[in-house]
Amino acid sequence: MEYMVEMSTSPALFAPGEVRRPAWRERFSRKAWGVAEKIATPLAPADYLDMFNPLRPGADLRGRVVKVTPETADAATIEIKPGADWDGHAPGQYVRVGVDVNGVRHWRAYSLTHGPRKDGLISITVKAVPDGKVSSHLVRRLRPGKIVHLEQAAGDFVLPSDLRGHKFLMVTAGSGVTPVIGMLRNLFPVTDEGVVEHQRLDVTVVHVAPSRPDSIFIRNLESLAEAGAIRLVTRYTGTEGRIDIDTLTELVPDLRERKAYACGPAGLLDHLQTWYDEAGLPLQTEQFRLATVVTSEGGTVAFTGKTVEAPGDRPILDAAEEAGVLMPSGCRMGICFGCVLPMKEGAVRDLRNGELTVARPGETGPEGVPIQTCISAAAGECVIDHPAS
Amino acid sequence: MTIAPDAPAYTGPIAHLTRDDIEQLGRELDAIRQEVIDTRGERDAAYIHKVIKVQRSLELGSRAVLLASIFPPAFVVGTVGLSIAKILDNMEIGHNIMHGQWDWMRDPKIHSTVWEWDNASTSEGWKHSHNELHHTYTNIVGKDNDLGWGIMRVDEEQRWTPSSLFQPAMNFINMCIFEYGIAAYDLELGRVIRQKKKGRRPSAEWQMAAKRTVAKIRRQAFKDYVAHPLVSMVTLSGPTTLLANVIANFTRNVWTHSVIMCGHFPEGVETFELKDIPENETRGEWYVRQMLGSANISGSKFLHVMTGNLSHQIEHHIFPDLPSNRYAEIAPKVRALFDKYGLNYHTAPMPQQVASAWHKVVRLSLPNGFLESTNVRNAPKQVVKLVKAVRGDTRTRRRLLKEFEAAGAASVGKAV
Repeated sequence: MEYMVEMSTSPALFAPGEVRRPAWRERFSRKAWGVAEKIATPLAPADYLDMFNPLRPGADLRGRVVKVTPETADAATIEIKPGADWDGHAPGQYVRVGVDVNGVRHWRAYSLTHGPRKDGLISITVKAVPDGKVSSHLVRRLRPGKIVHLEQAAGDFVLPSDLRGHKFLMVTAGSGVTPVIGMLRNLFPVTDEGVVEHQRLDVTVVHVAPSRPDSIFIRNLESLAEAGAIRLVTRYTGTEGRIDIDTLTELVPDLRERKAYACGPAGLLDHLQTWYDEAGLPLQTEQFRLATVVTSEGGTVAFTGKTVEAPGDRPILDAAEEAGVLMPSGCRMGICFGCVLPMKEGAVRDLRNGELTVARPGETGPEGVPIQTCISAAAGECVIDHPAS
Repeated sequence: MTIAPDAPAYTGPIAHLTRDDIEQLGRELDAIRQEVIDTRGERDAAYIHKVIKVQRSLELGSRAVLLASIFPPAFVVGTVGLSIAKILDNMEIGHNIMHGQWDWMRDPKIHSTVWEWDNASTSEGWKHSHNELHHTYTNIVGKDNDLGWGIMRVDEEQRWTPSSLFQPAMNFINMCIFEYGIAAYDLELGRVIRQKKKGRRPSAEWQMAAKRTVAKIRRQAFKDYVAHPLVSMVTLSGPTTLLANVIANFTRNVWTHSVIMCGHFPEGVETFELKDIPENETRGEWYVRQMLGSANISGSKFLHVMTGNLSHQIEHHIFPDLPSNRYAEIAPKVRALFDKYGLNYHTAPMPQQVASAWHKVVRLSLPNGFLESTNVRNAPKQVVKLVKAVRGDTRTRRRLLKEFEAAGAASVGKAV
């Protein structure tokens, strides 16, 4: 899956776009900002403004947690008020959320589980996965009022803009239901009177989960089915066994006529993708648990323009220099931080204590994980953002 | 003083330690480091976030109060607040973030690669000269320019010249303008000027660094001495705001200079000769050099924060990249190791350490043995001799310096 990284733009006193302001005001606000920068140096005016309003226009994109609602024993929906510069999203898209867990900033992508809402809040639903320090933190420890870091919504797992003439199939497995629920909620708004069916659509949802209590949003899906908005097929693998393409064609006889969306674990998605490719049919997929970084002793280090073989018992700095890469360096013993470079992807081992540092694309900040090359040995295939010459 | 454990007649402070002892000591220090790393987390992150918040609030508050500094109470409160804010920025926040102590948080705003401080020296230049040179070559004469910043004689084995007599005055001036002193020192201005006299042009790299430093100084000066006073003109408080900024920068200069003097200059702190450092210095040997080359300041929690925890200079030099709030916690364990291995843990209250450091500066501004062999009775005779040493030719000077040294050794011997 591709991640769009939107860098924050230069600071502006007012939100860009929307209303076109007269040129003199534009000039004035730029001048005013220039003066503010001169007064605030060496910090930026934003550093002070953030103390008062971290969600203001022009700030780095952040959000404030408004509400945390448990969904199942190990899943919760988190409602977030995004900063003023939030550009909005389409149902089915995801947002990357940066949160400090035990003092360390981590980034994860989560599907937005509502379409754009009137109150301007966005919501994500998180399932605490075993050993998932970020998901566990979000589900069990996050409290309203906490500030989290955001990127703009991204992803092309969205419905076509013109829904007429389409029949849909949505296969969801486990927490893969989250982007689909975002789409369905947008298609079929729910009020106190029940589901408002404002579009006549033919949607079949195949939901796969170990059991009913394990299923996030199962009540939402069931009530949509009761209201006749969707056809719901559930498959509880704990009692009914795994699902494959044969069972799926049995459950959904008109499978080939439907525009298909699937979100879930890699195994299922790969299986479906192979069949759809062979059948020459399109399939939209979304997968969040990315393939884990394989760690090893030694590996390769890819710089911009050159890839270097790096052994597991020597610093990347030495290996890169011997291969002719111009590297920043300093004390060469891990104390001066003069050799720090951003690792975009891969794993390195601290030669002093064997500790692993891992950068997974999508799970680290947009700027990568900074590593000290003088005490780090490659522990896998690494990508470092540094020109080779 | 120097330590040279491999010299045949070596009697220095680690004479009683074997190579194995030193490596074992290194392993025990590694264990202390690992313990901190294993428990580093939310509590530490909360600490630095809080210090930054306090510093920014204090700076904003003080600047706001200074808008009315035409009223004396506002002037006093604002000046004190601004001074403290600048000290916090330089010491507990800037120095430690630029050391990479908080890089583990992966917060792109609180990171050694991006942090800039309220000081004339650029963070980039300072990181090179401080983190890279000073922390690696700690107290090695000729390698570690922090020792006397290249302008002072800080070791008996450095040659005494008549110009050494000026070093107390030089040190005093440096103290008053310390931020510019550091900026010049980070640029190795002295070396570049010497080279220029020999007709060698400074490198393009150096010219870039110099340009950046000049730009930084200009920005800093404009903010403190033009922008804020201008804003204060609304209440006719411009001149008093200007004065407050001058005082705050001066106070910060004197304070940081004093703290840093306490770290490596007090009497009894070891210095080292490059020739005595093994080619492949082991981790244990490096640790020992840090342990003997640093001195602590004892005092209150407030003092520790105001010194950026450089009051735990020993712990900082052993573990420069551990979060500063942990130094106080590990200090008892580190001290226990000093005791176990029979090393001198150099610590004293601030006034005592500052006085001791100045004593060393004055003592070494004079020929070796001069201060030790001078008393009230022979003072006039000694001064006459000193003048002869200054005025005389090289041979006379060499002879007189030898006499001073001998007399000094004799009087120290008598005292013992």
